[in-house]
Formats: sequence, C-alpha cells, structure tokens
Amino acid sequence: MSSSGTFLPGLKILARGAREEPRLFAGAVLGSVVYGVGTAGSGWLVGRITEDVVVPALTSGSQRTVTTGDVWLAGAALLAVALVTVGGVLLRRIFAGAAMYGLQARYRRALARRYLDLPLSWHHSHPAGRLLATAASDVEATWQAMAILPFALGVVVLIGVAGPAMVAADPVLGGIGLVVVPALVVANAAYSRVMSPKVRRVQRLRGEVSAVAHESFEGALVVKTLGLADGEVARFSEHAARLRDANIAAGRTRGAFDPVIEALPQLGTLLVLAVGAARAASGSADVGDIVQVAYMLSLLAFPVRAIGWTLAELPRTVAGDARLQAVLRESATTPWGTLRADRTASPAAPSARGVEYHHPVPVPDPTDEDDDDDARRRAAAAAPALGRSRAARPVLSGVHLDLTAGTTTALVGGTGSGKSTLAGLLVRLVDPTSGQVLLDGVDVRELAEGELAGVAALVPQATFVFDDTVRGNVALGLEVTDDDVWAALRLAQADGFVASLPDGLDTRVGERGTTLSGGQRQRLALARALVRRPRLLVLDDATSALDPAVERAVLDGLGASFDGGQGTTVLVVASRPATIALADEVVHLERGRVVDRGTAEELLQRDEGYRELVSAYARAARQRAAESMSSENMSSKSMTGEGSRA
Amino acid sequence: MSTATASPGAPASSSAAVPSPTTPKPQGVIARARELAPEVAQGLGLTLVFASVTTLGRIVVPVAVQQTIDSGLRAPGGVDAGRVAVITVAAAVVVLLTMGTSWLVNYRLFRATEAGLASLRTRAFAHVHRLAVLTQGGERRGSLVSRVTSDVDTISTFLQTGMVVLVLSIGQLVLATVLMFVYSWQLALLVLACFVPVLLLRERLQRPVTRAYQQVRLRMGELLGAVSETVVGADVIRAHAASARSWRAVDAAVEAHRKQAVTAQVATAATFSVGVFVSGLVLALVVVAGTLLGVDGDITLGRLLAFLFIIGLFVMPVQAATEVLNELQNALAGWRRVVELIDTPVVVPDPSPTDAVELPAGPVEVRLEGVGYTYPGTSRKVLSDVDLVLPAGSRIAVVGETGSGKTTLARLVTRLVDPDVGRVLLSGVDARRVPEASLHRRVVAVPQEGFLFDSTVGENIRLGRPDATDDDAVAALSDLGLSRWLEQLPDGLETPVGQRGERLSAGERQLVALARAHLADPDLLVLDEATSSVDPATEVRLQRALEHVLSGRTSVAIAHRLSTAEAADVVVVVDSGRVVEVGPASELAHAGGPYSRLHAAWTAQHV
Repeated sequence: MSSSGTFLPGLKILARGAREEPRLFAGAVLGSVVYGVGTAGSGWLVGRITEDVVVPALTSGSQRTVTTGDVWLAGAALLAVALVTVGGVLLRRIFAGAAMYGLQARYRRALARRYLDLPLSWHHSHPAGRLLATAASDVEATWQAMAILPFALGVVVLIGVAGPAMVAADPVLGGIGLVVVPALVVANAAYSRVMSPKVRRVQRLRGEVSAVAHESFEGALVVKTLGLADGEVARFSEHAARLRDANIAAGRTRGAFDPVIEALPQLGTLLVLAVGAARAASGSADVGDIVQVAYMLSLLAFPVRAIGWTLAELPRTVAGDARLQAVLRESATTPWGTLRADRTASPAAPSARGVEYHHPVPVPDPTDEDDDDDARRRAAAAAPALGRSRAARPVLSGVHLDLTAGTTTALVGGTGSGKSTLAGLLVRLVDPTSGQVLLDGVDVRELAEGELAGVAALVPQATFVFDDTVRGNVALGLEVTDDDVWAALRLAQADGFVASLPDGLDTRVGERGTTLSGGQRQRLALARALVRRPRLLVLDDATSALDPAVERAVLDGLGASFDGGQGTTVLVVASRPATIALADEVVHLERGRVVDRGTAEELLQRDEGYRELVSAYARAARQRAAESMSSENMSSKSMTGEGSRA
Repeated sequence: MSTATASPGAPASSSAAVPSPTTPKPQGVIARARELAPEVAQGLGLTLVFASVTTLGRIVVPVAVQQTIDSGLRAPGGVDAGRVAVITVAAAVVVLLTMGTSWLVNYRLFRATEAGLASLRTRAFAHVHRLAVLTQGGERRGSLVSRVTSDVDTISTFLQTGMVVLVLSIGQLVLATVLMFVYSWQLALLVLACFVPVLLLRERLQRPVTRAYQQVRLRMGELLGAVSETVVGADVIRAHAASARSWRAVDAAVEAHRKQAVTAQVATAATFSVGVFVSGLVLALVVVAGTLLGVDGDITLGRLLAFLFIIGLFVMPVQAATEVLNELQNALAGWRRVVELIDTPVVVPDPSPTDAVELPAGPVEVRLEGVGYTYPGTSRKVLSDVDLVLPAGSRIAVVGETGSGKTTLARLVTRLVDPDVGRVLLSGVDARRVPEASLHRRVVAVPQEGFLFDSTVGENIRLGRPDATDDDAVAALSDLGLSRWLEQLPDGLETPVGQRGERLSAGERQLVALARAHLADPDLLVLDEATSSVDPATEVRLQRALEHVLSGRTSVAIAHRLSTAEAADVVVVVDSGRVVEVGPASELAHAGGPYSRLHAAWTAQHV
C-alpha cells in the first residue's frame, strides 16, 4: 500500500459501499439534493422577496403597491421552502445513517464469518483483542465517511446548478468561485499524504490497546493472585499513552485541515469581491452580477465544507478498509474438501501417517509496514526465535498411528509430549505441517465442512462455556430433543447438578449466569460431545477436574453406553492406571514421537519410560509408607480442627 | 431479536456483569470529568481565547461581503475599488489569522482530550483489576474491553469535533445576538422568542436521543461480547462444527446494534430537523414582521436588509449546536459506561489506611471462624459454619468431591472473596484489614488454569518477582526439579508461549505458573489443583521438590489427586460446604469416614 493519495482508493471503497447499500444511499443522496435545492431556493427566494416585496414596501413613492397579504404570502413561501429543506434533511440524515450502520453490520457479519471460518492456526497467531478491535473500530473507521458522503454529493449537484449560474452571471468571477472545489481536492491530496500513515498507526494502536486489555482481563485471576495489577496498569497505560500520542499527532494534521477547508471558500469569496470590484471599476462587470456571484458563493461556503469533511475522512476509510481486507481476504482459509463422511453407526477408524506438526508463527499486525519501529522490532525479534525453534524440535514428528475401529486407546505421555496436539489433529482442530491424518482411509482435509465434526468429537482440557443456556451449551446449534440433552447429561454425570439449577436446562450459564465449578464445566463439555453420538470420541484429559469416584462413574458409563450402543472408537489422553485399564491399547508418546504401543501389560513390562509414568503414584505411596514406618515414633505436629464432625 | 426474548429472570443490565447503571445527573458529569480526566481542562482557558478569536473569523467574511456591496460596489459615487481592496485584504488577513488560531484550538483540544482520555482509559482498566474475580469472571470479556476502547473513543470523537463546533457556535451566537440587537431590538426579540420553545423543549426532545444512544452503547458491548466468543471459543466451535450457532448469535447482536443505531439516528435527525424548521420559520417571520415594522417606519430598509443577513449568522450555529448536542448524547452514553465501570463497587475493598494492618513476618497461620459463603445472585450456601485452624508452617491438603466448596475455601483464604458470615484470620489479622498489595506479596495462589501472558517462558516466570533475573527463573525451575523440562524447551527461557500460553500444553503452563509462584517467595501458598494436568511422574517429582521448597511456609493444596493429600501434614475433607474431617492422611484413611472412601477409590485407580 502506498502511503500517498487516499482520494481514489477512498472513493473506490465508498463506491463499493454505495453499491452494497444502493437504496439507502440513493435515498440519502436524494435527500441531500432536496436539501441543497431548498437551501439554494431559500437564497433565491430571499433575493426575490427583497426586490419585489421588502424594497417596494419600505420605499416611499414606490411604483408597486405591496399589500399586507403579499407580505404574508412571502412569509408563507419562505416557510414552504423551509419545510422542503426539513424534508431533505430528514431524508438525508436518516438514510445516510442507515446506510452507514447497514454497512457496518454487513462487514461485522462478514468478519465474524471469517473468524469462524479461518483455521485455528490462524487464530492462534492473531491476538483476540486485535480481532475484536477490527470488528469494532476498524469497521467504524471504514464507514464513517459514508455518513457525510451523500451530503457532499448533494453539494456537488448544488454546485452543478449554481456553478453555471455563477459562470453565466460573470464568467471570470464564476470561474474564480468554482476554483474553490479543485483547490479543496489539491489541499486534500497534501493532507492525505501526511495523514495516511498517522491514521494507520492510530488504528493499529487501537488494536494493540484492545489486545492488551483483552489479554489482561483474561488473565485477571493470575493478575490478582500474584498482585500484578500495578504492572498490568503500567503496561496498559504505556499502550494507552502510545495511542494518545498517535492520536495527538493525527490531530495536529487533522486540526490543520479543517481550518483550511473552511478558509478556502471564504478566501474565494473575498477574491471574487476584489476582482469583481476591479472589473466593475473598469466597466467589464455589472455590480448586480458581482453581488449575485458573491451571494451564491457565500451560500455555498457552508455546504462545500461537506466535501472537505468527506475528503478528511478518506485516510481513515482507506486505513480501516485495509485492516478489514487483511481478514476478509486472508488466504489461509480452512481448505475444506468435498467428500462426505461415513455417517453410519459403525465406529470410525482414524489414523495418522508420518505426521509432523510445528506451531504457527505469530502474525504481525496487517498495517505494520509504517513508521512504528517498536512493533517491527518485536516482530523481528520473534521471527528468528521461532525460526530456531522450528529447526530445533517440532511438537510432533514422524507419528504413525492406526486406531482400531471400536476400540478404546489410551494416549499416555509426559507433560508437553504432544498428546493434546495429536488429539487435536485427529479431529482436525489443526492440520499437520506434513503427513496425513485419515478417517476411515480418507484424508480429513478431503472432507466437506462439518462432515468430520459430525462424526468425531473432542472434549478439550480447558472448557469454554458460552453465554447461553445449559441446553444451548450442550446442543451448540445441533437439532436435539430435550431427552437427548438429558441423556447426554446423565452419561456425563451432569444431570444431577443441572436438575438442581434454578431453571434446569434453561438456566443461563457463562458470563451472566450461574457460576459453575471446574468439574461441572468439564462435565458440561463432556455432554456436549456425547449428545453428538460420535463415531470417534477424543477425550483430552477431559476428566482431569473430576474426582476419582466421579471419573470412574463417567468412564464406566461411557463403556456401558458404547459397548451396548452404536460403538465408538475412543482415544483418551490418560495417566491414571484405572483409566488406562479401560483401554484396549496404549500408545506411549514421548517428545512428539510414538515410542511404544501395545496392551497395558506389554508396555508395563518392556517400556521403562511408560512404567515410570503410570506407576509414579504407587511408587510414591510405597515410599511414603516406608518413610512413615521409620518415623513412627516421631510425634507429628498436633493439628486442631474445630470443625471436624467425623 | 434476542434482546426482546431475553428471559425475564435475566438481570436487566446485561453487559459485562457490571451492576446496572446509576445514571449520573448531567451537571455531575463535568465534576466527575474534572476528577477522572483532569487533563481535559488543562490549558482550556487559552484554548477558549483562541476560540473566541476564531469566532471572529466566522463572521468576518459575511460582514465583509455586506460592507463591500453596500459601501464599495454600491457606493454613492459608483464603485469604490480602493475601499473594496482595503476591505477584502483586511478580511483576508483576518481569515488567515483565524485559520491559524483555529488550528491551534483544534490541536490544543486534541492534545488535552487525548491526554485526559488516556488516563480515563487507564483508570477504568485499573478498576477492572480491583474488581472481585467474580465480577471480572465470565467468558465474554469483549464487552468489558469495549468500555476501555470503543466507549472511550466515543467520548474522544465528541470532544475533538463536537466541542470545537460547540465552542465556536456559542461564540458566534453571542456575536450574532449582539449584532441583531444593534440593527433591530424588536426583530432580535422575535428571533429569540422563536427559539425559546426549542430551548424549553430541549430536554424532552433530547430524551429519546439520550435513551437511544445509551442502548446503542449497550448493544455495542453485547456485539463485542458475541464476536469475542467466536474468537476465544474458536477451538470448541470448530471441534463441534458449531459455527452456524455462533454466527447466528453474532448476526443477532449485529442486527440489534444496527437497529438501535438507526433508531438513534432517526431520533437525532428529528431533533436536528426541528432546528432547521425553526430557522426557516424565523426567516419567514422576520421578513413579515420586518416589512410590517418598516411600513410603520420602525425600521429602515438598510437595517432590515442587514438584519436578514445577520439571521443567517445566528441560525447556522443554532443548527450546528443542535447537531453537537446530539453527538453529546452519544458521548455521554459512552462516558456513563466508562464511569459506571469505574464506580462499580469493589466487593473486596482495601482497608482504609487507618485500619490497615500488615501481615506479621514469617509463615502465616490461617484461621477460619464460623465462615459461610453464598455466591452473589445464588441462594445455595457454598460453605457454611467452617471453623478451621491451619497452623503456621504446616502443609494442608483440602479434598472433597466436585462442587463441595474446595475452590471457594481457597478463594476465601487468599481473599479473592470475603465471607458473608464469620472471619478469615491470617496470622491473627482479619484478612479484610490487610491491604491487597501487601497481601498478595505474602499470600500467593496458583489457580488450576495456568494462564500465561503472550511472551516467553522466562518473562512469565519473572512476573513472580519484579526484580527477578533470568538466573532467578532458572533457579526457580531447578528448585522445583524442572531443569530437565527447561532443557528440552526449544529456546529455553526464550521460548514463546503464545496467546494465553497456548503454545505450551496445559501441564506445561501449570509448571510455569508454579515456578512463577515459587519465585514470588510467599509465606502462604495456595495451590488450587495446580498440578492437575501434569503427568504423574513429573507430579511426584514436583511433590518431592515442593516438600523442600515449602518448608518454613504454610501451604494449602486443593487436590483431587490423593497423592497430594498423602504428602500433607493434615488433610481437610470438605463435603457439601462443610468441613467433615480433619487429620493426618494416614489416620483418616482408616477412620472409616468420607476420606476412607475417597482413598479406597483412589487406590483402586492408581495402585
């Protein structure tokens, strides 16, 4: 994007907007023309009334006699013109506003659809707060000019009418008067060259402020418990100060442009008077014509500023639109295929072939190209670090895995070994950097949108509860009966607490609703997956917040349902021996590679790393027992528990 | 739309979990503004002086036109080119001069308002962190974010464009009024009389505009909340192909905002058109009345013509001011939302300086006396009648079933919430009397969800202590037996963690959070399932390491893994909001109570 002219690009964007809201836009322009005609008509009428009514009435010995009725008639005519003008104003304002808000809504909807459509790897590399700012302030910046554009166009029409009249009255003076318009455009060219980078910077910093606020509010609990509030306030205040300085810098330019566009028609009028007087003195112009041109020019002086205001908004239009297009034209769409998934009740057979996965590289802000060295420095600092880490170690590499349809497989591995990533790959939360993920022998990337999610469900570690009812949170848009929802809740051991909620399934949870405990949230997420009757169920440590007894019940329930029901292939990320005992097969993942697989007994015998992982608690318990034996006679500290009712 | 069908039980103020607004009186706004954003008023005097000069520029050209025509072009002795030259050159000089002052006014206003709004933003932001965790909680932070971003932007838009117009318009009004009286006091009174009803009805005319804009801001907060869900909940939405549901929710919020904005626009246009109409009416009346007065000889032709000309100068700023007063309503709506946030009472307030007590040095003793707690807006008691003494320097494990009140107990001990009844004493001091800043230096909690900031592993650990170095961070990890984990990170401490720490696994985030808490060197450490996602071998190693690290401190571990409980000095068993058992794990395991049952279930699964 060149940092120069915004005139043509800006007008192009606005023309696009006009095409997208043709009726509202046309209505607004029509209103603006009516307003312009009304304003001009009022000026013309005042002139006529002065000449035909006021002057004769007040001039003694006038040849024309003016009755009181004529005077009232003149007043009525003026009032009628005023009413037309009022109609024009209403029409223009309402329609222009409706067009602007219509465009805002249109682009916000489009953005939200893009956000929902873009791959998760894209989301992971774009700060949430920045995306929010795009939907809010970038959309506003882009379409702000739309509120004034019809006014400006109406003025153009007005000039189209008044201009020839001025030229007809006196070609030289009329010409001088009309020069005001090109002068505005020239002034705007200079203005937009200075203003554009500043406006881009402002919009980018708005995104940053939003991103910092969003992140900080998300981490509020950590901020509170570690007493980090002061540091966070300092961080936010630094960003707010940068935005302030950028706004002031933009304001310095903007603040200069407005007086210029205001002064141009004024100077034009004065020039007309000066030149006109000289021409009148030399006899080449008629005084009446000069007065007419000067009067028309002064009439135009205010509306012409509407053109100036529109031009002044163009840099924001261009800057905002660039940021919108960065999302809307993002090529990283999730490339859905066209195949349909097998929707029969038989369990699915997922597999991975030579899968390798790297984390995506964070994406700098779309308008980072300008003069903010700080952002560039950070981006530059991040890039080589990421480059190195890519080379150092992928999250997963060379993973080959075939899950037998209808079996339960436990995925076991140390912290950070890549279990969650593998789980996410199977349901296509992310795509592998290289290699293939297959479902029933079909590459999951070949499946059409929604197909994989229709047969495979993942319960993630961290649960997200939507600001919706319990029913809405379980169904998530799927057409299911209340009975289905209750059945899923029962299976997830969530029926008890849901039944005790004030409005049962209709209780709002999430932001405005009831506070749920971690275990309750996890069971809700479990029900969300179960209600979909998946052929492949991936549980990513999904029972970690559940107490052992509850977890056992959930897993038993799953086993019963799936054995007796349609049959499901289950992959469960697990570490407890009891969970693993429910599995037909165990896969041991270490540092992103499958190091062993087999039955639990086989691994326990031959895989030392596995043994160390799963028997850790038992060994610790034995060790502790031995220690407490040896220190039997050492009296433990006395504890008081006044609340004990045992 | 969704707004209309909101369930009757839902709270009226729906955005961002902030209590419903207590609408401030407009008169109070200026006082609050001076308090919350004092920078706005800085240098305002000089700005107003420049603005007055600029106002002169507004009327100089119309007056010059009139003078040129009357005394230059229609001079009795024919066109007086010399006089015209003097008038136009003088006027041009004034125009250029006021162009300069106008720029100064604009720039000074930008500078002052941006400075004021930056501090208003920061104040609101700081207040969010003062609010209780419960008030901040929730999934839709979008609407909270909107209060420190787009709501503040609304105010700045008004202050920077509207305020200039308002100031200049008022100046012009005053000048034009004076001129009108100079030319004809009768007609001047007539003009003013026409605007009196507008002035009287202003409040009533403006009321729908005010209400509409308040709704617009509200809808905007909800819109951002809905968009925020599509961004933050992207994983879940994708996993369950729930995007249709999400875009329907966004569409509903977008449409609600659009409709409301158009409603506000219609109200604004209606108010504005009243001004336009009255202006037309004034012109018509002056023509009629002026002519009739002239016929009676009360006004000369010249004066009447001049008066007609001045009306234009009077009417224009009236219209501009109507316009600005509408914009003001939008700004006020944004302002109220920001102030409403700032005025949200802090549920867990800091003690007054006279009442404040620092925690005594050394390990902290925790004593709960008759503590009960009910979450606001709910009726079920989460905890009741809890009496408990946790001796200084001991290691306590709290166990109990999901939803039994364990986490609430941890929140009370770290003063994330205050009890409804009873007291929480830390080393004998009521927790309510300890200033938050000093409390959280000594009492640190590690929540289950290991939230990390979007920077590096090292930076996240160093957050635990502001002056910590990288070596301190390495030492903290090594104290916890995590050196091997650090070594296998691709870039060591420099490894980027991504948004919310998502480039690390949940277990790794918990490791970083633990190291961060350890570096903070607390006297009371509360671990709320802080190792729930860590693999068993690492967890056992961590437990061993923690035994050393925690010596000389008090620690409270909320745990569902009984391995933690077994390593503790004392186990507290919570059931349905009551403490039902307290004692060493080895004793409770065989006591036949609730702990025995939990222990049996655990042993069956793990050993």
